[in-house]
Amino acid sequence: MILDHKQGHLDSVRSFLSTALYPVQYVVNVPVELAGTVNDAISMHSSLLDENDRLREERLMLNSRLQRYEVLEAENHRLRNLFESSLKLKERVLIAELMAVDLEPFKHQIRINKGKKEGAYDGQPILDATGIMGQIIHVSPFYSDVLLITDPNHSIPVEINRNGLRAIAVGTGQKNVLQLEHLPSNADIKQGDLIVSSGLGHRFPAGYPVGTVRNITLDPAEPFAKIMVIPSARLQSSREVLLVWPHEKARLRYSNMKDFAFYNAR
Amino acid sequence: MLDEKPRGRLIIATSFVVAFMLTAMPLPEWALTWRPFWVAMVLIYWCMALPNRIGPGTAWFLGLLIDVLQGTLLGMNALGFALIAYLVQKSYQRLRVYPLTQQSMVVGFFLAVYLLLSLWIRGISDDPKITWNYWMPMITSMLLWPWLFIVLRDMRRKFHVS
Repeated sequence: MILDHKQGHLDSVRSFLSTALYPVQYVVNVPVELAGTVNDAISMHSSLLDENDRLREERLMLNSRLQRYEVLEAENHRLRNLFESSLKLKERVLIAELMAVDLEPFKHQIRINKGKKEGAYDGQPILDATGIMGQIIHVSPFYSDVLLITDPNHSIPVEINRNGLRAIAVGTGQKNVLQLEHLPSNADIKQGDLIVSSGLGHRFPAGYPVGTVRNITLDPAEPFAKIMVIPSARLQSSREVLLVWPHEKARLRYSNMKDFAFYNAR
Repeated sequence: MLDEKPRGRLIIATSFVVAFMLTAMPLPEWALTWRPFWVAMVLIYWCMALPNRIGPGTAWFLGLLIDVLQGTLLGMNALGFALIAYLVQKSYQRLRVYPLTQQSMVVGFFLAVYLLLSLWIRGISDDPKITWNYWMPMITSMLLWPWLFIVLRDMRRKFHVS
């Protein structure tokens, strides 16, 4: 039976049973949502006004920044057209909410309130406002389970934003720590480097932040450097997450130049 | 006695639903690894009280539900629960006459067997970093057993579940 599940033949059983269990989870979730509603209802008028002001300012700032980005995006499109590489379409996204349901404490998993009904699928990337969180591993009709990038069974293809050096970020099983694997000791990487998803493997969309390098340990006895990365997504505290439908045909974004940089670094 | 109609199906089902809710209830971060095995404890109680009604079959189904609820490998908890139910059915006559402290020891032993089995399955199927915290629920379950036992026993007597 367990082997069967490894091949994924029992997913239909799982989703059937999950529908039966949904009421239990719903009931558990209700007090938490209720507390949120009550909190909203009794929060002070003045604090709401304050928040409103703050959000308006923030929106203005973001909008102005967005304008700049739009110009850049258009320019990027043009340049890519010149390079004759297929272009990146805008991804479709959907906001999902975390369900207040505790899963097993030894796996880094969360449960979100969007499922097959909304079109979620196995392996779908999940982001929050600050970076990549993980991917869906089980889809049920009303909810899905997300494996976080810090789970020891999870790894994600990444690149260093500064020079395009490619690597694989593997979860360590500790909260808020990732590790870059198989980077040689002389690789061009520094503390504070931003790590973004590379889009290789066609699962995660390219160019979203994954984390920043915290420290690099060089052990002469080891062939590879030990590189710790702090995830940029707030894995423990995000309440809203984004489901992303990446463009079907991931584009080939590695020009020869990048490969050259990679080999140079070695 | 045996040809009497089974009673209190609703009570048994309710106790399991409450156990499932307690299992899924959000807890603060530090308490996560201390959460007792509510469903397994309720299962042990009903297996002990009504061994001719609740057995490995029911246990297996409950374990499947737990697997779905917690996102573990489908069948892992099912196997463990069925094993617990089997052990309880083998020893329910002795268990019933034990004093409460000794009962909770035995319950702890059953849970240890279940934990060992699932640790083994986890070791084969994937490689999560399991620490000593893994065994903590066993201790909390043992400490809570006497209270759970009294509550369920009074409920069973009040509603004449047999």
